[in-house]
Amino acid sequence: MTEMMTEILAAQGVSRRFRTTLAVDRVDFCLGAGARHAVIGPNGAGKSTLLNLLTGNLRPNTGHIRLDGRDVTRRTPAGRARLGLARTFQTPAVFDSLSTLDNMLAAAWHGNRSRAGQARQGLEAIGLGAHTGHLAGALSHGQRRLLEIAMALAGKPRALLLDEPAAGLGDTDLERLVGCLHGLPDGIAVLLVEHNQDVVTAIAHRVTVLHQGRILATGTPEEIKNNPQVADIYLGKETTTPHATT
Amino acid sequence: MKKALTASATAVGGVLLVLAPWLVDDYTLSTVSRMLSLGMLAVSVTIMTGWCGLPTLGQTAPYAVGAYTAATLARAGLTIGPVQLILAALAAAAFSAVVGVAVVRTRGVVFLMATLAVGELAAAAAARWKAVTGGTDGLLSIPAALPFWGAEPLIDDSAVYTYVLACAAVVTVAVALALRSRAGMLLAASRDNEARMRASGHPVTGYMFAAYAAAGAVAGVGGALLVTGQRYVSPQDVGFEIAALVLLAVTIAGTKSLAGGIAAVAVVVAVREWAAASVPGHGPLLLGLLFIASVYLLANGRPRVRWVRTMLGKAGPG
Repeated sequence: MTEMMTEILAAQGVSRRFRTTLAVDRVDFCLGAGARHAVIGPNGAGKSTLLNLLTGNLRPNTGHIRLDGRDVTRRTPAGRARLGLARTFQTPAVFDSLSTLDNMLAAAWHGNRSRAGQARQGLEAIGLGAHTGHLAGALSHGQRRLLEIAMALAGKPRALLLDEPAAGLGDTDLERLVGCLHGLPDGIAVLLVEHNQDVVTAIAHRVTVLHQGRILATGTPEEIKNNPQVADIYLGKETTTPHATT
Repeated sequence: MKKALTASATAVGGVLLVLAPWLVDDYTLSTVSRMLSLGMLAVSVTIMTGWCGLPTLGQTAPYAVGAYTAATLARAGLTIGPVQLILAALAAAAFSAVVGVAVVRTRGVVFLMATLAVGELAAAAAARWKAVTGGTDGLLSIPAALPFWGAEPLIDDSAVYTYVLACAAVVTVAVALALRSRAGMLLAASRDNEARMRASGHPVTGYMFAAYAAAGAVAGVGGALLVTGQRYVSPQDVGFEIAALVLLAVTIAGTKSLAGGIAAVAVVVAVREWAAASVPGHGPLLLGLLFIASVYLLANGRPRVRWVRTMLGKAGPG
């Protein structure tokens, strides 16, 4: 699974075992500058584990992870974030007791990039410009999701890893999310772990299918859609086309 | 509206504290001095519990370090109050820094138990290290402090109270300003969502360590003020009971308000020392009732007006 662009984030032979379960099994992975790459797979396929291995929330049992050519396998999540790796969580992770503006400032604190003007611009870009003084805890689920993406971008990352950003969003918020992801800077590498096939199709240039911790297939969304192995194993024999929340 | 009410209550409380030497007798003044000293301990517990999200039963340890440092300095002839205060704060911060290396890596109940252990060890050390602490007898006949070079010693209750009030006010305002700054914002953000902070590149453990050391310094100031006020110190002043009462007070006040924490400590001490005197042997019962009442009647340190109205409505006719 490789991209033809400058390597930003790469995993080499990465495995992670939880007691008797091999959640991720010798996965090789490379994310280039400007990549829009989705990882899909049924529940338990190892998608979130892979994402947590890349961000440092989990340590791999074997293999190495590189960020901008540097081995970061032993680095903490904070250390990787300081090197330009940003992420979002399955449940929107924001600072409930702070205003949305302070959320942005806190998220962008490192590296002296915490200018209030930039933070306001970031909020306006995701449609929360009118909510700068509101507490993040009072926002709707969709707004919190968008705020978290804006917070992840506030640190001007090289790579952005999104863990099921469409989960729990209604149609309007989904539209806003896709618009927000389309508006991401070109040079930033994006890895999207997602169940929602419409969002995957709208955003990703390439898709990787994980099954039982291993890479089953990698290709364009169209190739994956027409891949009989994916239809058989990932989607189930009774289903003929990859769709939504399988 | 709520902010205006809080500000008004704080202002009224401040004015009453300033006017206290003209309003109350000497015994009450010395009790209020002690409340202010414990108030600094409450400020310290508020930093850790309310702003870092780490409830603690161990801030009596740096409080003890501050108290015994000030007492030892005074007995050695260094009687300048502000110098005692600064050195006590530094000693308490250094103690917290050493302990904090291990403690700030824990969270939740483990942190509570770890700090309880630290507090208990400090109290045990105070009781057994006779050469330094005087053992269970404590250190007596501590020379009176001087408010500054060349001034008269603080012997008069009113003078002692004024000095303690001024020091407590300066420290409280300094802590409030620090918590209103970006440092406070980062602590609050770490409390709200540690994983998000780490994912944004923040060294959360480092922030907690700095907060723990700073909170230790504030507790140390409280300890020094205790010695200035009562001119003796014993292990009873720094034991588990004090730690539990202060955590109780901070919880009543909603855990985030510095002024609320100090006021709640005053209420707890008043209940324990004055109200309980009228029903001997029932002090803990009164404190228990106070805590239960605060759980039902207060939310984050503010009255649950709607809940009370609802209950009164239900209880009323029709």
